[in-house]
Amino acid sequence: MATDSIAWPRSEGLSRPFVDQLHEWVTTVDHKRLGILYVVYALIFLVVGGIEATIIRIQLIRPHNDFVSPQVFNRMFTMHGTTMIFFVVMPLVFGFANYLVPLMIGARDMAFPRLNAFSFWLTAFGGLLLYFSLVGANGLYGAGNAPDVGWFAYAPLTSRTFSVGHSTDFWTLALLVSGFGSIGTAINIMTTILCMRCPGMSLGKMPLLAWLNLVMAGLVILAVSPLTAAQVMLVIDRYLGGHFFDTQAGGSAVIWMHFFWVFGHPEVYVLVIPAFAFISEIVPVFSRKAMFGYPIMVAATVAIGFVSMSVWAHHMFTVGMSANANTFFVFSTMAIAVPTGIKIFNWLATMWGGKILFKTPMLFAIAFLFQFLIAGLTGIMLGSAPFNWQLSNSYFVVAHFHYVIVGAILFAIFGAFYYWFPKVSGKMYSETLGRWHFWVFLIGFHLTFDFMHVPGLLGMPRRIYTYEPGRGWDTWNLIVTIGVFFQAAGVLVFVYNLLWSYFRGDAAGSDPWDAWTLEWSTSSPPPAYNFSTIPTVRSRRPLWDLKHPEDPDWKYE
Amino acid sequence: MNATSMTVARPVEWDRPSRGTVGMFCLIAAESAIFTIFVVAYLFYVGKSLTGPTPKEVLSVPIFYTICLLSSSLTIHLAVRALRRGSVRAFGAWWFATIALGAAFMYGTATEWHRLIYHEGFTISTNLFGTTYYSLVGLHAFHVVVGLTGLSIVMAFTLLGSLTAEHAERVDVLSLYWHFVDAVWVVVFTVVYVIGR
Repeated sequence: MATDSIAWPRSEGLSRPFVDQLHEWVTTVDHKRLGILYVVYALIFLVVGGIEATIIRIQLIRPHNDFVSPQVFNRMFTMHGTTMIFFVVMPLVFGFANYLVPLMIGARDMAFPRLNAFSFWLTAFGGLLLYFSLVGANGLYGAGNAPDVGWFAYAPLTSRTFSVGHSTDFWTLALLVSGFGSIGTAINIMTTILCMRCPGMSLGKMPLLAWLNLVMAGLVILAVSPLTAAQVMLVIDRYLGGHFFDTQAGGSAVIWMHFFWVFGHPEVYVLVIPAFAFISEIVPVFSRKAMFGYPIMVAATVAIGFVSMSVWAHHMFTVGMSANANTFFVFSTMAIAVPTGIKIFNWLATMWGGKILFKTPMLFAIAFLFQFLIAGLTGIMLGSAPFNWQLSNSYFVVAHFHYVIVGAILFAIFGAFYYWFPKVSGKMYSETLGRWHFWVFLIGFHLTFDFMHVPGLLGMPRRIYTYEPGRGWDTWNLIVTIGVFFQAAGVLVFVYNLLWSYFRGDAAGSDPWDAWTLEWSTSSPPPAYNFSTIPTVRSRRPLWDLKHPEDPDWKYE
Repeated sequence: MNATSMTVARPVEWDRPSRGTVGMFCLIAAESAIFTIFVVAYLFYVGKSLTGPTPKEVLSVPIFYTICLLSSSLTIHLAVRALRRGSVRAFGAWWFATIALGAAFMYGTATEWHRLIYHEGFTISTNLFGTTYYSLVGLHAFHVVVGLTGLSIVMAFTLLGSLTAEHAERVDVLSLYWHFVDAVWVVVFTVVYVIGR
């Protein structure tokens, strides 16, 4: 194996002045650099959103606490939700897709590199707009004011009457602008996957990551657009005197809920399908086996994509829909458990009988499997309308969706960070620090979110500023808050590991995991043009074929 | 191992769809989702206004301008076909006809809005009907303006003589967008002037 035979000259000299390097990064249209920009941008916002979460939890650590004022508390949970969904997980997902998809399908860049850069900067400025509200929201009136209407901004809280000043406008504009960026990136990912695959890579031979990102891009196109439309309506209501969500003039507050959740539920799958994609790459490599049931995996993903478009109103059981609507949304929600369960069994079957290597990426992948299962089970509980009537808007719901977003999505993303860090940086991360990160974060996660279910079951509503002592919620809230500090410590270890390894880590070589997809065939970090010769593939594991010419995959696929 | 060694001896027959077409279809899908939400809002709010005027009182059906817009789909198709055959002159003529028909449609919308606003006193804030009418028709009109801008840029290139038959594919991608704008009008027309009236 002539792994080291390609010695690409370093594409950037260290001696060049900082301004030149900055200029290169700002004007870049290279998918790898844009991917890194997305990810770094998201990590900065992860810290910001994490600080907001910590403030929320400190406020709730004991009854009658007044760490922050009620007004600040409302702003914190609004900004935390909006930041984490739109400016942390979405950019992380897009960053990884940007970086990995062209490399894994044997292309030199995305289909539309300039659209790619444009989309990134839209997303970036969208996030800045949201936070500019702190300075500029009240304009000439004086001090600023962050949005405080909750991340789903139900009417009539967003009307001029209840939301004076401009904080809601900054929220709307931030989501509009970053929404256009998301749609641009989704169009780009879809076109790249359909049109840029290297010779021989038919749809059935694509890495699962490409397939799953294809479905994710389709969902972004169909789900973020309704949000954009709803935001335009909100702007019309607030600025042109429209009546879309104005119940005084016959408008409907419920239709905002429908429009928001038509976006909001598929959005969950926009975030979790790329997480599935990371797991589907990590699990086979660290089990030393080919993915079990590739065609079923693809079919299950496409099925999830379709079904996820028809489950949105399970967020609205308590609104008072008709019995028929409730029944439909209960059953469509239950139906989504089928393809999701298939996936879990596929990953387990891939591990079954494999020679499992417990490296950091695999640890996160295994934790993902357990936690995603539990998140799915509480999802089924909440998906049944009578149970939902009891627990909707309680901390049980908050625990459920954080189990999905942190326990499943964030764990998969951490796994992906460790798995592809050697490719992106050319350096090996510290396995010891990686394990510390895993265990500390795991403990923190379970302290916070396992115990958060309980006050929910005991009737603690979400978004309350404080609570009376003696309701049986006190100890649970204390434990939940203590977990936050473990999670914060875990993230600090993670960031330290990234920085330390980037500057001091050992060289990783082009293929440290003995993996099978095309990104590992080029150098680490890859040259600007990715591949000197566009590869030709004959199976789903082109590097296996190359390393084992006596027993290649294409004989069996 | 290097990437070259992965190349198999026999060349693979490899045919993938064009980037422009796929990208445009994705954009059209996204735009369709946006229009769907506005159409749903329109239909949901039909007859729910608490005050007048009603659609029947103020709307007149713009049949002539609708014919203009829909026939521009035919002219743009003929334009692209002419360019594929290499006839830039015929292309320019049909392309100009398309722009003229689109502009005529916009003139129709402008006069309708002018009449509604200045003579009927009917604005976006009058009632729910006003809100949904101006936003749905306005959203479509915005797309017509974007389309006309794109068409005009191509027209400018044609007049400057820098457009040749090899640009047929790119021009075809733009024509897809224009067909979409026309097709959406069929939906908007049905919703606003047939069902909603």
